[in-house]
Amino acid sequence: MGEGRRNIKEELKGEYYALPNEVIPTRLVEFDPNVCDGCVGLPEPLCIAACTIDALIPNPEKGKPPVLLYPDECGGCQCGCCVAACPLADKGAIKMNWPITQRMRWKRKSTGEHFRVGMPNPPPPNPKPPVSGWGWGGKYE
Amino acid sequence: MDKIKWPYPILYGDEREVEADVLVLGGGIAGCWAAIEAARRGVKVALVEKGCTIKSGQGGMGCDHWLFVPKPIGRLTPEEVCYQRLGTYENAMLWYITWKDNIDTLLEYEKIGAKIRDTLDEFKGAPFRDEETKFLFAYDYVNRWCIRVWGNTFKPALYSELKRLGVQIYDRVMFTRLLTEGGRIGARVVGATGVHGRTGEFYIFRAKATVLATGMVERVYTYLSEYTGLTCLGPMNLTGDGYVAAWRAGAKLADLELYIGPGGEGQWGLGLGYPNYATGADGWGTWYACDIVDAKGKKLQWVYPDGTPIKDYLGRYKPGPGTKFYTWGGPGWPGFLVNGKYVSSWTIDWCRDHPDWIEAIRKGEITLPLYADLTEMPEYERRAIFGLMVGQEGKTWIAYRNLTQAGFDPDKDMLQCYKGLGAGIPPSWRIMMFSYGGCVVDWDLKTSLPGLYAAGYAALHSRGHSGAAVTGRWAGAKAAEYAMKAPEPKIDYQQVEAEKERVYEPVLNYKKGVGRYTWKEINAAISKIMREYVGERLCEELMSIGLIWLNELREGEMRQIYARNPHELIRVLEVFSLLDMAELITRASLARKSSVPPWFIRIDYPEEDPPEKRRRITLTMDSNGETRIGEMPLDYYLEPPFAPTLEKNYEIYNPWGKR
Repeated sequence: MGEGRRNIKEELKGEYYALPNEVIPTRLVEFDPNVCDGCVGLPEPLCIAACTIDALIPNPEKGKPPVLLYPDECGGCQCGCCVAACPLADKGAIKMNWPITQRMRWKRKSTGEHFRVGMPNPPPPNPKPPVSGWGWGGKYE
Repeated sequence: MDKIKWPYPILYGDEREVEADVLVLGGGIAGCWAAIEAARRGVKVALVEKGCTIKSGQGGMGCDHWLFVPKPIGRLTPEEVCYQRLGTYENAMLWYITWKDNIDTLLEYEKIGAKIRDTLDEFKGAPFRDEETKFLFAYDYVNRWCIRVWGNTFKPALYSELKRLGVQIYDRVMFTRLLTEGGRIGARVVGATGVHGRTGEFYIFRAKATVLATGMVERVYTYLSEYTGLTCLGPMNLTGDGYVAAWRAGAKLADLELYIGPGGEGQWGLGLGYPNYATGADGWGTWYACDIVDAKGKKLQWVYPDGTPIKDYLGRYKPGPGTKFYTWGGPGWPGFLVNGKYVSSWTIDWCRDHPDWIEAIRKGEITLPLYADLTEMPEYERRAIFGLMVGQEGKTWIAYRNLTQAGFDPDKDMLQCYKGLGAGIPPSWRIMMFSYGGCVVDWDLKTSLPGLYAAGYAALHSRGHSGAAVTGRWAGAKAAEYAMKAPEPKIDYQQVEAEKERVYEPVLNYKKGVGRYTWKEINAAISKIMREYVGERLCEELMSIGLIWLNELREGEMRQIYARNPHELIRVLEVFSLLDMAELITRASLARKSSVPPWFIRIDYPEEDPPEKRRRITLTMDSNGETRIGEMPLDYYLEPPFAPTLEKNYEIYNPWGKR
């Protein structure tokens, strides 16, 4: 085996399990565990309180992000109230990712370039907030 | 995922009794307003909501258009618009109430903290802004019957007001059945039962008056068990629980066969479509009246219904030649020139099956795909459509956020429209939104049962957010008036026990190991039966088989449905509601021996009834539990005992003491 060559066999070592297929969409509501503190100190995390269909549950470990227990139900709703309720959303604590089948496309008028949500090498974000600012977007106490 | 212990205490079988003067079932827009109006009259109010009152319900996640604004803010009178709706399957009574109480209700919203005008002067000088009031209008800038609003602020404002008034809110509780005097079908409603979606605790609500505000129904036709095809504009937990409970208590329902519209392309029905208004929509709703451009950059020509081309942007927001006004879904709506003809921009008229549309694509007049193009529109229009409306409509706050974070810029970019691709939701996947059907109500918004009122989509043909708010206020006020004089309600505990048995059966199936089917599998089955037998090809034979199939499901697989925790129990109970809804829609569809264009077309009865023969089909459960089919006049609200005009009835029945 030459130097610097990957040892794929070694990398693949480990336990494997018989598992059912996962429920999709798999990445609908995503938390950053380095930012989300599970709203520690509040009666329940604000995203859970704002979930219209009760698809999120608290993490069994205090201080950790909630768990999207029912991604399939959330996928049939996609209201985004959890993101709007989160005081740390702008720091990346919580995101709602549209499922791959719902990543819409657009075209730049002047150049004819094609884009889509979730594309590799995306264009830079458009920083313009909605009319009256993000504050009117559904934040509440 | 590793197994997680259920995070809430399990209280299956525990009973909690709640007593109130007015019980409101459903904490959406109609329910919140009903509870507020009742509480303001000094009565004790309990509100039951399956989700979370702070955001839930179809209107809870936002609203960009406040419809039906009359004089003096607008330019139209309620009379000139609502009399147009007589003799149709619409409900001119609720239209009229919605027009009449519209401004007062909007101002009430402002008083409790909602944002309804351009207070930050972000649209100063725009042609749709009234400089004095700072209202921003949409659609018809001449007649001003619609105001653009910051609807994301509405539900939190309602929630704060409910708290301030001391309304008891029971969130995460699904109401399961109405309780009636002596447990009899058709008797006075004296409360309801419920079950908690986290603990499984059983609730018994006793009340002198009850307001049904449970919204509409989804998931009867549109359901994908994976990849998210559950719903449209509302949350996925709108399952017709209110209609079903009202029917089982003996209330009269009408027009359920008209409660269906075809699936479309582009948006609605998430799994097969896209999030609302997050694609380049067509020329209606939130994106009205954007430029639509084809793949070669050719702009679709906007025209008035008489074919007159519309030369400038402002023309799209004005009625055409010889037309005084155009309103929501009414005549006069501007459209596009397609295959040399006017095609309304109202979504259905230019969906996949429109012949002119198909011909224009075939002959190369239009090159797919289309795009919504805001780049050449005036800055204030672009900002109003994408910055305000997409920022504020139901579920679209997240669309604004996700699209801009992904780099979409409406100043430079054209958002793809998915219409015309021949994909999307097949027509047999019926979508309920904007359709008909509900509890028959009188001018008090009382149903046919004493003690039971209905508001919002629970009532026959209430429309939109303003319709829900206005009818909610009206029903809440009327229910409070009734409760102040009504005798003490008595619960029949045999009825409660029977309901408790029904509610916990799926949990027992799981405990005993005899459960075989999940709610998802049964939901999928109901939807498939409805699409195949009561969908695109409506006829006696197919629908009769559909009814047999549904009954077999009820007597067979449904008995083996199971719930592993309280959350699943709610979903299972919703599926019971959906099965009842499917049966009601099928029965009503069988009973109508004629067609009602454009959506209800029977193959075996293709003709429309002549105007003098048109009737509403009603369904009522009799005291023996048999469902009776009946009929009633379209304009029943102008027949005795009511007065013969809308104005006179408003004068008699309005709860505000106005003349």
